[in-house]
Amino acid sequence: MPSDLESELFVFVLATFVGFEVIRRVSPLLHTPLMSLTNAISAISLVGSIVITGAEKSQLSTILGTIAVVCSTANVVGGFLITDRMLKMFKKREPGK
Amino acid sequence: MIETYFIQFAYIVAAALFILSLKWLSHPTTARRGVTVGELGMALAIAGTLVHHEIVSYRWILVGFVLGAAIGIPLAVFMPMTHVPQRTALSHALGALAAALVGTAEYYLHTEELSAFTMAALGLEVILGYLTFTGSLMAFGKLQDLLPGRPIVYKGQNATNLSLLAVAVAIGVYLVLDPGRSELFPLLAVLSLAFGVLLIIPIGGADMPTVISLLNSYAGLSAAAMGFVLDNKLLIVAGALDGSSGFILSVIMCRAMNRSFTNVLFGGFGQVQAGVAQATDKSVRSVSPEEAAAILEAAGSVIIVPGYGMAVAQAQHKVRELYDALTRRGIDVKFAIHPVAGRMPGHMNVLLAEADIPYDRLVEMEEINPEFPRTDGVLVIGANDVTNPAARHDTASPIYGMPILDVDRARTVMVIKRSMSPGFAGIDNELYYMDKTMMLFGDAKSVVGDLVKELSGTPAGV
Repeated sequence: MPSDLESELFVFVLATFVGFEVIRRVSPLLHTPLMSLTNAISAISLVGSIVITGAEKSQLSTILGTIAVVCSTANVVGGFLITDRMLKMFKKREPGK
Repeated sequence: MIETYFIQFAYIVAAALFILSLKWLSHPTTARRGVTVGELGMALAIAGTLVHHEIVSYRWILVGFVLGAAIGIPLAVFMPMTHVPQRTALSHALGALAAALVGTAEYYLHTEELSAFTMAALGLEVILGYLTFTGSLMAFGKLQDLLPGRPIVYKGQNATNLSLLAVAVAIGVYLVLDPGRSELFPLLAVLSLAFGVLLIIPIGGADMPTVISLLNSYAGLSAAAMGFVLDNKLLIVAGALDGSSGFILSVIMCRAMNRSFTNVLFGGFGQVQAGVAQATDKSVRSVSPEEAAAILEAAGSVIIVPGYGMAVAQAQHKVRELYDALTRRGIDVKFAIHPVAGRMPGHMNVLLAEADIPYDRLVEMEEINPEFPRTDGVLVIGANDVTNPAARHDTASPIYGMPILDVDRARTVMVIKRSMSPGFAGIDNELYYMDKTMMLFGDAKSVVGDLVKELSGTPAGV
């Protein structure tokens, strides 16, 4: 389906540019949380694994899908949790101290 | 099909929320809001997906959720901050494995009806996914000291690696032309897995910040390729964001070490220069913590330069006490952060923030360098190559051209170091032989502890 392909490439190119612009502005102070957050976000591949697992079209696809759901869920849950844990530690100087 | 509309709507909103999430991450004051928004987007996308008409049973999805959470939560909650690079490498491995497995499942489900374009995207997804999986596991092993951190190199290594990759790509291209040749598919997977291992073994521990960023980029790209295979634009957006983030960080890391991608991947850094450090008859001046504390006390401004050695010695909490003791005396204390300090981008900032050091005291290299000439005392803790003035003027030095912290321009310099052994690149540091430099030999944690003790011994104002 060439029209699908065209719009998908369109989305990819635009998203890459948005990514460059947004991420360029992230302070180097937060580069570690940035990496764990983008990690969590790209674990959105979970949605693909969910459909493959739930469709149960073949034994192989269900097994591979389930493993993929495990991996992605670990990244979603763990990625957001550790990002927040790190960001909580970044504090400004308390006045008068 | 009302549910299709619902899914599409959920995905569009999720994509917008992800972009907003990254935008808010740009500053510490809004960053936590960014995480919340990201979680919201994720929850929406997952809820949307669960009503998908192809799903006939939820049992294995639930099993996956439970097991995934059981792995993910402990990895996030109990992981010490010094181990964040390892955790990151592990999560790249998990993300890449998920993409590779979904690609594999898709291939066997639709072998006959795959269009050339879908097969190309699928090939890319699977190659990148499997090589990032093993590559990240290797990086994890090196960071966790399960594998030797030094580069493992042998003759003809690059030729072997590149031909392996070439064969994998050739099989990929062949499958695009004829997707039905399913007997070739396992070979593609195995070659990609092997290439991931071989790609990382020649890379030394000090290059880990670049490697982790690069693997991040690959993991993102394989997720984006998966979006093309599944016709899912949300996946394409999220993968593109992750891919570009990893790419930007890799470029920043390479620039901070004055090296190119090819040099990091194929250079075997840290191996060649082993013989460079010539035996010197130059002498160094060593001082006791007592004298050092007296010098710091007399200073009006102090810059602390932390390196990975500080984290290894677990000295960050003692450093915080030192920061407190000096600040209480009205001394202006700042921290100079080199981009490659630590084992992943931004790692040093997280370690110091964990020790409760306010983030406005953590200053980047470009901003702090002009301040060194105006600074009375510099204290280097566990940093080496990033302070070597040879990078500025000695064209023969292997680190020539690497941007450094201009520590040598301060009035006095004190260096805490275990011994005179050179850094990872085996390069002698000229800084140690300068007249204004004093060496404090010993373990970083105990030396900083001694300094704190000396400073609190004489109360302020007496």
